[in-house]
Amino acid sequence: MVKKITSWLSVGLISAAALSGCNTQKSETQDSAQQSEAEIVEVDPRGEILALSCASCHGTDGESVGIKPGFYGKPAAYLKTALIEFKNDERYSTVMGRHAKGYTDEEIDLIAEYFGGLNQQNSK
Amino acid sequence: MSQKFTRRGFNKLVIAGAAGSTLGVFGSAKPLFASQKHVVVIGGGFGGASTAKYIRKLDPSVSVTLVEPAMTFYTCPFSNWVMGGLKEMKDIGHTYDVLQSKYGIEVVHDEAVEIDATNHSVKLKGGNELKYDRLVVSPGIDFNYDAIEGYSEEVANTSMPHAYKAGPQTELLTKQLQEMADGDNVLICPPGNPFRCPPGPYERASLIAHYLKKHKPKSKVIILDAKEKFSKQGLFTKGWEKLYRGIIEWRAGSAGGKVMSVDPATMTVQTPLGPVKGGVVNVIPPQRAGKIAFNAGLTNETGWCPVNPITFESTIHPGIHVIGDSCIAGAMPKSGFAASSQGKVTAASIVRLLQGKVPASPSLVNTCYSLVGPGYGISVAAVYKLTSDGIVSIKGAGGLTPMDADDDQLSEEATYARGWYNNIAQDIWG
Repeated sequence: MVKKITSWLSVGLISAAALSGCNTQKSETQDSAQQSEAEIVEVDPRGEILALSCASCHGTDGESVGIKPGFYGKPAAYLKTALIEFKNDERYSTVMGRHAKGYTDEEIDLIAEYFGGLNQQNSK
Repeated sequence: MSQKFTRRGFNKLVIAGAAGSTLGVFGSAKPLFASQKHVVVIGGGFGGASTAKYIRKLDPSVSVTLVEPAMTFYTCPFSNWVMGGLKEMKDIGHTYDVLQSKYGIEVVHDEAVEIDATNHSVKLKGGNELKYDRLVVSPGIDFNYDAIEGYSEEVANTSMPHAYKAGPQTELLTKQLQEMADGDNVLICPPGNPFRCPPGPYERASLIAHYLKKHKPKSKVIILDAKEKFSKQGLFTKGWEKLYRGIIEWRAGSAGGKVMSVDPATMTVQTPLGPVKGGVVNVIPPQRAGKIAFNAGLTNETGWCPVNPITFESTIHPGIHVIGDSCIAGAMPKSGFAASSQGKVTAASIVRLLQGKVPASPSLVNTCYSLVGPGYGISVAAVYKLTSDGIVSIKGAGGLTPMDADDDQLSEEATYARGWYNNIAQDIWG
């Protein structure tokens, strides 16, 4: 199974390598330097992709415009505790418990850190 | 609809991906600024608008053009609420002003009519041609009108609306309901699987019943189904017993539900058990990938588009990502929520691919709220991950509103359904 997924990823990698032409060997340092010029802050890509899901109910970056609870501005530790409690049915919810059970504790860490970090970046 | 790739299939994919992208680099004209990457997105619905916004949010150096004919996009989610008299059309309409002004997306109100996958360009009905480094195709669904004898696009537009693309069709069905005589019946004819929004026809039946109960107490809703079972069936049936006893009748495909033909002149539907007449006849025909996906050769024999489950890149034409209802996304339903989730994963993948990096393994979600009555909501949720079988829902997570949910919980779910709509609309178009 792991091999199969690696293959899927390698499709992306080869595709990406071909797209960027001769510069496929660029080091991470160069990448980061270029990005800071463009004011892009490097985030954990896995944390990011996990966290993007949340906005569909809780608003972009967790800023809710409706009755659903927003969590923009909350620190990572708070978010982690809440998600773990939802996951373990220690906190009442209608649908959050069903969602939180879909993530490992490590993934919950990544999600919490992504939103925690996002808030820090924006408050600078 | 699950998809499996063989090892040989993978090798082909790898080669195709590399070759296609190489062509992209050496074969196509560059945008104005040689270093700036350009993404074209076809379709401004849940999938396309999400992708466009999130590409710009994740990497503002990438330029994005969104092609969408409509100035105002009306959402299918909550269009049943309009029919039930709980919302107005203006509540489900969204414009592209914020995507343009705040996110710097170029929005072109035109229709994509042709894709040149080799030269990385899209031809528009208005005559213009757009070049792209990566293309996202999110056209929703197209209807197989021919599948039902007597039915056609013209019939849908005049007498028997499908109302499965929100807009004028929603208004027509709503108007017909209002003008229908008390005592006439409403027929809803859902198609077989797969189709857009699996709980949609049953939420529609619920909210039309809500309207009838109030305004036409002698009328009822008859669902003539092509299927033997349907989404959230237990929960809907329980809600119908509670709120609409005797008002909603569901006939399974094998119990006379299957629609064989329709006659618009007499507003009659032919079933194996004889003709059924309706005051309002809502025929939802079988579906396939949106027209442009079909015309561009992005579909396979199923009528839908096979994609790489990490990047949603077409396994037929590299450099083109197909998302939303048109794509084959394993266990994910064809829903606006799923399309938006896929749009974000695709945006993140495209940004990383354009930066020469490996895309992250996808994480996808879906939540479908349905309203049985104004204070009676139910939901189904799922979290998806990638396995060797493609996109599967994670066991132990997700699932339905509990069958024994009390009135408070059902009322909360209805409240959260409204909250969900406000937030997802803001997350996509706002």
